[in-house]
Amino acid sequence: MTEVWLTIGVLAVATATIRASGPVLLGGRDLPPALRGVIALIAPALLAALVVVQTLGAPEGGELELDARIAGVAAAGGVLALGATTLPVVAVAALVTALVRAVL
Amino acid sequence: MYLQGRETEAREQFRSGMRLGIPYAGASALLAISFGVLAETLMGPVAPIVMSALVFAGSAQFAAAAVLAAGGGAVAAIAAGILLNLRYAPMGIALAPSLRGGALRRAAIGQAMIDFSWAAASRGGGRFDPPFMLGATVPSYPCWVGGTAIGVLVGDSIGDPAALGLDAIFPAFFLCLLVEGELRPGPPAVVAGLGSLIALVLIPFTPAGVPVIAASAAALLGLRRSPG
Repeated sequence: MTEVWLTIGVLAVATATIRASGPVLLGGRDLPPALRGVIALIAPALLAALVVVQTLGAPEGGELELDARIAGVAAAGGVLALGATTLPVVAVAALVTALVRAVL
Repeated sequence: MYLQGRETEAREQFRSGMRLGIPYAGASALLAISFGVLAETLMGPVAPIVMSALVFAGSAQFAAAAVLAAGGGAVAAIAAGILLNLRYAPMGIALAPSLRGGALRRAAIGQAMIDFSWAAASRGGGRFDPPFMLGATVPSYPCWVGGTAIGVLVGDSIGDPAALGLDAIFPAFFLCLLVEGELRPGPPAVVAGLGSLIALVLIPFTPAGVPVIAASAAALLGLRRSPG
């Protein structure tokens, strides 16, 4: 049980510190243009990586896990390309994933 | 008058963030229930709820609990959790230029970062909408903590969230934001492609969390852009 509370305590403090780090160190000041150019590209890099990892990665990490999520996210991409808005796109992703999972 | 206008606008953005956040908070509640069920057998009834209230980061909580359940010990559990939450460093750096106010206020806004709200508050071209992000996080917090409590107290009331396809909701949402908001021709599209490639290549060889953090290095391509 000590291990559990130790894990929770340290992880809580570390997470709060990490969440504060960028805003405290780089916020509220003028940044050089080169740095601003890099910062502006973090969002596309991270979003693309989140899509890939959450669609193809095993939840526990360390390996690819190719399962029904691929069909769900691909279907989502399809209806997105047809001009659907976010909520229907997300609903299609869940529905197709659930259906494919039920069939497989 | 000017400041007042800005405050009204911020309240408006906060509210539209909340409206967006409500359905996704429902999905987090279901995931939180499954966390509560899983963690209760390992940690007892109180610790999972405290963990959800203080850490408020799904993937890290699942990872740390999995390590503890496998007998890996506290140090390994903490390391697994931190590795997953390290992505909040580049996320916070991306958010930083859009934040005003003192260091304490900025640190507090940083605490409201979750993948969902951070991504939803991105306006493209490096700009973020902090009040919108706060609003989008607000419904998720009580749902995450409350869902954990339901999982602990009621037990397996919904079954496996994967059976409902819940694990496809957030990648599909990020795909929408990527395509609609971030994929401008030129550097953003190139960086998104490079970021996804880095993540894909690293998934089989690195612990959870590393592929996403490493992908943020793709943003360094911004250094090659000619100034102005």
